[in-house]
Amino acid sequence: MKKFSKKDREVKLFVGPQHPGVTGNMSFEITLEGDILTSVKTHVGYLHRAFEKLMERRLFIQNFPLVCRICVPESDTNEENYARALEELSGIEVPERAKWIRTLVLELSRLQMFMRWIGGIAGTMGLSTAPQWSVGDRDYILDLFEELTGGRIYHIYILPGGVRRDLPEGFEERVLKVMDYLEKKLPDYDDLIFENAVFKKRLKGIAKIDPSWVEEIGVTGPVARACGFPFDVRKEQPYEVYDKLDFEIITENGCDLYSMAMVRRREIDLSINLIRQIIEKMPKGDVWTPLPNVLYWKIPAGETYVKSEATRGEFGYYVVTDGSDKPRRVHVRGVSTPHAYTLLERLVPGMNISDFSVAIVGLQTCPPEIER
Amino acid sequence: MDIKGILKPLTAWKRAFQPPHTIEVPNKGKREAAERYRGFHYNDIDKCIGCGTCSAICENEAIKMVKVREPQKGDSGYRPRIDYGRCCWCALCVDVCPTGSLEMTNEYVWVRESADEFIFTPGVDIIGHEEKRDKGYKKDEKLNFLHLERVPMRELDGKERTKTFAEVVLGYLEEEARREAERCIGCGLCISGCPARMHIPDYIRAIAEGDDVKSLNIIYENNPMPEMCGKVCTRRCEFECSLGHLGDPVAIRWLKRYVVEQFDDLRKYVKAEPQPLNGKKIGIVGAGPAGLTAAYYLRLKGYETEIFEAAPKAGGMTFLGIPKYRFPIPSLDKQVELIESVGVKIHYNSPVTDKKFKEMLEEYDAIFIATGLPKGMSMRIEGENHPKVTYAIDFLRRVNLGEKIRLDGEDVVIVGGGNVAIDAVRVAKRLGANSFIAYRRRVVDMPADEEEIEATEHEGIPIYTQIIPLRVEDGPEGKVKLIYGKAKMVQEKPGERPRPVLIEGKEYEYVVDRIIVAIGQQPELSYLPEDIRNKIEMNRRLIKVNERQMTSIEKIFAGGDLTNWTADAISAIADGMRAVKGIEMYLNGEISWDKK
Repeated sequence: MKKFSKKDREVKLFVGPQHPGVTGNMSFEITLEGDILTSVKTHVGYLHRAFEKLMERRLFIQNFPLVCRICVPESDTNEENYARALEELSGIEVPERAKWIRTLVLELSRLQMFMRWIGGIAGTMGLSTAPQWSVGDRDYILDLFEELTGGRIYHIYILPGGVRRDLPEGFEERVLKVMDYLEKKLPDYDDLIFENAVFKKRLKGIAKIDPSWVEEIGVTGPVARACGFPFDVRKEQPYEVYDKLDFEIITENGCDLYSMAMVRRREIDLSINLIRQIIEKMPKGDVWTPLPNVLYWKIPAGETYVKSEATRGEFGYYVVTDGSDKPRRVHVRGVSTPHAYTLLERLVPGMNISDFSVAIVGLQTCPPEIER
Repeated sequence: MDIKGILKPLTAWKRAFQPPHTIEVPNKGKREAAERYRGFHYNDIDKCIGCGTCSAICENEAIKMVKVREPQKGDSGYRPRIDYGRCCWCALCVDVCPTGSLEMTNEYVWVRESADEFIFTPGVDIIGHEEKRDKGYKKDEKLNFLHLERVPMRELDGKERTKTFAEVVLGYLEEEARREAERCIGCGLCISGCPARMHIPDYIRAIAEGDDVKSLNIIYENNPMPEMCGKVCTRRCEFECSLGHLGDPVAIRWLKRYVVEQFDDLRKYVKAEPQPLNGKKIGIVGAGPAGLTAAYYLRLKGYETEIFEAAPKAGGMTFLGIPKYRFPIPSLDKQVELIESVGVKIHYNSPVTDKKFKEMLEEYDAIFIATGLPKGMSMRIEGENHPKVTYAIDFLRRVNLGEKIRLDGEDVVIVGGGNVAIDAVRVAKRLGANSFIAYRRRVVDMPADEEEIEATEHEGIPIYTQIIPLRVEDGPEGKVKLIYGKAKMVQEKPGERPRPVLIEGKEYEYVVDRIIVAIGQQPELSYLPEDIRNKIEMNRRLIKVNERQMTSIEKIFAGGDLTNWTADAISAIADGMRAVKGIEMYLNGEISWDKK
């Protein structure tokens, strides 16, 4: 029998740019030997909208409809970060109630993102009941957003100086109703997914991360916490009102996809808990400090970096102003950038091809935030 | 073997018999979106003023202003047309709308065969979303991108100010002016209200950016008496300000005043470079706002201009009529200094006679007459020639020319309800009189500026209304009696201004020391040679002119109060500007009296 050289045995394959588990378009060029992956190269460029550049040509206020599109499923983190950066640079104070409402919005947003992720990860391993459930349940949270902000996905709700509108009447009760519903439903999710033999089998021991990479690459969020690193921006550098909320950082020690999934599963509970705390403790008052004339709003020269804990990890905005009415430079730290490039490239060698799509969804890759 | 893990997912079957999350459309009906939903726009086009702020804030350039009706004062006639292929439903346009006309409905479905129908003008193109206008995203009172409250102006205390002729309005401080200027959204609708079409948003923007010199030079592009306008203008621009629909209009007049007040010597800062003389000479009669404007801009264009003024100072009514607590002499001098510095010759104390006018017709290439309305109108009642009856305009002129008049303890009635009446009553109060106003209509009908009426209130001056003077008689102890009847207001047709009608039978009287009549003024044209006076076309008591300020007599242009029914300084300046253009075109042969 003819012996093939290593080069001849290798097959190159493109995964993507369309992939249902990933919220956006990105392509992976994988190299296979048999059904074992030897390397991966991430290709982006299918979703590039040049947001950072566009922002330099628009008024500060006009950038809000743009920033929320930087990560499509989790728009509020972008709005909050950009608004907070502008507040820091221009010295605008935010009313206390607005901070609480912002935190509520961020947690609701996190929760719906987790629901969406359940659909993604279950779908990639062929468990198609869970996506039906989670997408449906996520819509109850989107209904809340629609009622609060006027939009289901792009909320454009958090602006410098506070939030755009106060809570509608009876909104708190409706939030709690949805939380009650989710809490009742979550054990079913556990039965269906998180304790499912297939789910465990497909995730345990897959994509094993060397804890030394975490700091080296800049891995954050549930991925880092799954390696036992108790790192959460909400606790490390509390923003908005996270310092007034009572919670613990969730960690696991498996360093694999299963640990990441379990961190996320436990964070769903945490988010519901935080939302209940916020509604209980939220003070009354104004939600908005008037901005200068937004058509001519100039911010003094300066630079700042603000960060927050998105669903996927540390999300950051570096904003430079030069005293004009437009930002000089905005740089967005998309969490997925180190995850889907460097980390993925290290994780892949030796992985079975059928686990690859599970891995990219397991890292919760979000291409829009890679291509700002 | 993970038996539990294999069996547990099977419990999901219990959900198989539950109703789905989704709604069956159309059998179960369409889901109504939330009350704040940002759906398709609704625009109340009668409330909309076409200011274009929605278009300015739209980051997607989805909003284009299209003309749907004829422009008028305070309404550009344009309305937003929205391209829903670009719109991202962020509703910044709704939050920034200065009238609140733009809203969003909670309608989210719009199905059409043609993509072009995705571009439409809400409110003009009726598409069936209108009934949902109250259900979607609306402007919120609390969150407002606009700054609707005006920075308050500091004024002298009401009691304090009636003792002197010191200026009542104190003017903005730098920080106040910047803050006030910052409110302007730059829509430019104010220009439609300004007779002189001043570049208002530009100079306000310059103030907001801290560049007073730039602002001053923008102002001087079409107004050579900005400090006067900054203090006493009838500010019609402010009535068209788009911020005035939901809040206070930008204090355009006070901002202009602020800028000019920053400079003691305007000659150093205004970039006025007159062109070399071109050999043509223009004679101007009357150094009021119209005459000064024409002289200044014609001189800048290279024409030799000479003004003949009867009074010892330039300024016309702004010098002789307007009291000094509103417009002090140094402010006037400063502006006239600049006008003279570019080469305008002003002959003071030189009233023009008919002989002189004939000579002028020979000597000059064109003549501009702007002699205003120097004579008071008569009440046409019995006994009006009584020595205790004076006309407000004569009274104010005497005070302003520096005559020492004291009215201590005298009771003075001012008949009339216009700005001149208010000036006269406030001046009389400052001279020590117990002055009051008698007006034949109601306070709301008074043609005087609202702020002026308010000022009388602060100064403790009573206004009596619905009073119709009947005759003047001698009173006891050298006093004079004004006999009057009461009027009732009759509105003959809906929408018409109610008319005062005398209630017959009952008569009342004021016994006072002096009666000042302020019911209007008329022109004095005795300086015109008789043949011209007979030939010149009149429009009731004013001279008729066309849009280039040409009268019916060749070479003679006219402007200011003499031709203008609005009779305010800014209209006179506008007339002066038009005359500059007219005279230039006439002397270049572009227009003539033959084909007028």
